Amino acid sequence: MTEGRADAVGIHDDEAARKRLRRRYAAERRFRAYGLGAIGIAMLALVVLLASVTRSGLPAFTQHELTLEIHYDAELLDPDGTRDPEVLGRADYAKPVRAALASLFPAVEGRRERRQLAGLVSKGAVFELRERVLAAPELVGTREPVRVPLSDEADQYLKGKIRTDLPESQRKVSDRQIAWIEDLRGRGLVHQVFNFRFLSSGDSREPELAGIWGAAVGSLLTLLVTLLLSFPVGVAAAVYLEEFAPRNRWTDLIEVNINNLAAVPSIVFGLLGLAVFLNFFGLPRSAPLVGGMVLALMTLPTVIIASRAAILSVPPSIREAALGVGASPLQVVVQHVLPLALPGILTGTIIGMARALGETAPLLMIGMVAFVVDVPDGPLAPATALPVQIFLWADSPEPAFREKTAAAIMVLLAFLIIMNLAAVLLRNRFERRW
Amino acid sequence: MSLLLATLLVLLVASAFWTGRNRALALAADGTSTLHSRPSYHGSWVALWCGLPALVLLVGWLALEPGLVDAMVVSALPEEVRELPSGELARVLDDARRVAAGERTAREPGPEVLEAARQLGRLRTYAGLAFAGLLLSVAVGGLTWARSRLRPDFRARIRVERAVRISLVACSVVAILTTVGIVLSLIFEAVRFFALVSPAEFLLGTEWSPQTAIRADQVGSSGAFGAIPVFLGTLLITVIAMAVAVPVGLFSAVYLSDYASPRTRAIVKPVLEILAGIPTVVYGVFAALSVAPMLREFGEGLGLDVASESALAAGAVMGIMIIPFVSSLSDDVISAVPSALREGSYGLGATKSETIRRVVLPAALPGIVGATLLAVSRAIGETMIVVMAAGLAANLTANPLEAVTTVTVQIVTLLVGDQEFDSAKTLAAFALGLVLFLATLILNVVALTVVRRYREKYD
Repeated sequence: MTEGRADAVGIHDDEAARKRLRRRYAAERRFRAYGLGAIGIAMLALVVLLASVTRSGLPAFTQHELTLEIHYDAELLDPDGTRDPEVLGRADYAKPVRAALASLFPAVEGRRERRQLAGLVSKGAVFELRERVLAAPELVGTREPVRVPLSDEADQYLKGKIRTDLPESQRKVSDRQIAWIEDLRGRGLVHQVFNFRFLSSGDSREPELAGIWGAAVGSLLTLLVTLLLSFPVGVAAAVYLEEFAPRNRWTDLIEVNINNLAAVPSIVFGLLGLAVFLNFFGLPRSAPLVGGMVLALMTLPTVIIASRAAILSVPPSIREAALGVGASPLQVVVQHVLPLALPGILTGTIIGMARALGETAPLLMIGMVAFVVDVPDGPLAPATALPVQIFLWADSPEPAFREKTAAAIMVLLAFLIIMNLAAVLLRNRFERRW
Repeated sequence: MSLLLATLLVLLVASAFWTGRNRALALAADGTSTLHSRPSYHGSWVALWCGLPALVLLVGWLALEPGLVDAMVVSALPEEVRELPSGELARVLDDARRVAAGERTAREPGPEVLEAARQLGRLRTYAGLAFAGLLLSVAVGGLTWARSRLRPDFRARIRVERAVRISLVACSVVAILTTVGIVLSLIFEAVRFFALVSPAEFLLGTEWSPQTAIRADQVGSSGAFGAIPVFLGTLLITVIAMAVAVPVGLFSAVYLSDYASPRTRAIVKPVLEILAGIPTVVYGVFAALSVAPMLREFGEGLGLDVASESALAAGAVMGIMIIPFVSSLSDDVISAVPSALREGSYGLGATKSETIRRVVLPAALPGIVGATLLAVSRAIGETMIVVMAAGLAANLTANPLEAVTTVTVQIVTLLVGDQEFDSAKTLAAFALGLVLFLATLILNVVALTVVRRYREKYD
């Protein structure tokens, strides 16, 4: 007996065994470290992604403005003194801006230098002055200090985005312009303000004037169409498949179809929209209506699958009780099953809508990539959507648009976070465990 | 006008429900127990008869109106205008439409255009008025007829429920119609493409340069449609993405299911899901503006020549996007392995990692393969990342540092912008779309079959 024990100690307790065990434990620790490392990589990617977006996007929410002493010269704007909106609308507002700039730097002479000086101020200043005068014609003939946006190059310089150590020919702001900007800053005429234009205007060729409101409205209209189509159709299909459909080949076919549609690449839905909605039915290009229809077909499987799961989780006893007191099958569904399944259905729908909001590829196919300045006023007006706007700006060579791209991503992500939070809250607040 | 009509119609339907319900209540003077159906069913039935025929009429009108009005305008035009070639005639009509809408036309409108515009405006007004009258009378007619048929023993509930059931079936058929629509539209356009370019050339050719001349008199290449470089580019980027996503996703899944405490799991899982919820265009921006320049700089430091649109940047970022997809699917399969298998292995003295490597993973292998196949199908169909970060030129290369193009990139570049639906260039996009659809379909079907069979094994 003692011998046997000694033997066992011999196999499991000698130097070789201890070494083996150490190796096995080391392998165990390594394996665990791989797992942690994998999670670390995924988390790191997320952090880097969000940090790089935030870092380059935050500056876009501020903007630099210049206070100019504008003289609304009656001779220039309205020589006949009519104060007719037509006359005022056609007048040249670039001259008062140039005059105000020239009065700040009386020493500047020569065409080239004047043009460089005028380049400090955004081209949008002219439009904003026109709007001001049209809204208040009594301004004509008076002087007032007006804040006008600086051009994107000057703005980028003030935000420290332009490397001044490069030779002059390799940057967008000349030495002389830098001197002017610093002079203006010294005189206290340059202010950094919150960029309301970015949130309230449509797209523009000038980065300092471009905003996301047009794209946001386009996205909203598109999502509205998507919701109106996919929610009722999806819930109805789920009700049919869960509550009424007989188990046969036909319903199997529908089921296989839905599962496959959920995995079809989104761009294929775009091809469908192009071939069927645009070419066959002749619906207008770039319209939120068509975008919404395509996205509705895309999100339909998500809505159906989520609704079926929610309906399935309602216990059969509820149906039987309702049937027992004389309700018809449809009354059972409408008055008992659907209200109980609604939180789950809504959660699934919101998640589907969030996916649709971030979708870009199918919208490219149906022409929602057009350069649209106006805020769309209906589901048939040409429009673009938030993710498409991000795509368009990311493609633009101007560095100021890079900032806008990241800022637009922040806005899009904010919408997505809100929607997902709503889904989570809905689930936690209303979902019942049976 | 149309808004007013729609409001009127909605009001009519609402009043139909109300009259139907009240009528039923009046019929059952001695209490509702003598009615076969509840009064609201009578109301719904009348509302259906009021709204449905009008709706059918409305859809038909929307489909037919433009063609009908155009035909009437054309027939009223002078003979010499009517005998113009069809393209010219279409332009006259188009200009007339613009003039009627008060917009500016590209050309100075001629007398025939002005005449057509006048006709168009007049016809539209009359036709609109006539149609509105017809629509409202159909709705009111349906309402009165249905109301007159109400009796205490009228089986309103059965009829209404039948209508609802039919609409439920119709809704579930939408999924099938979508698939049919996808298949038909892809095949229809692809067949037109294969009439211009032989399938053998498309599937086996090694040169892809789809830039054909748009007009016949333009100077330009005739275009080459050998899709092999496009397919191989897709394959290269997919392989890179999988090389990132599968190890990272699989190890995270293993750690989460077998090592992590419930608290860690509750935090890490949702964070990983965030990666799946970020829109692909954001990954595209990240790949094109952050990762690609970084890789390029890094490569320069090593003395390597990295293209600014390298396959590596696009593939790596796509891999990051797919990590949560792989990890959550694998997590499901790994958790589904019965604990008896694990405990048996522990009982023999195996460590945790030995158990996972030798028992759990082999048992879960079919499920993991299925998850990987689904991930591959996602990678093949992914569009925005590659559109923004991968190249346009179809290089036949396996070097991940060079630029390659993919099927989805080509579809987007061929279809965005001006389109002419008789050029091989535009149609080629649909042929590529067909290949893409079939490839992802096959991958999905195979993956789902593998996963299902595996699930049955342990259930």
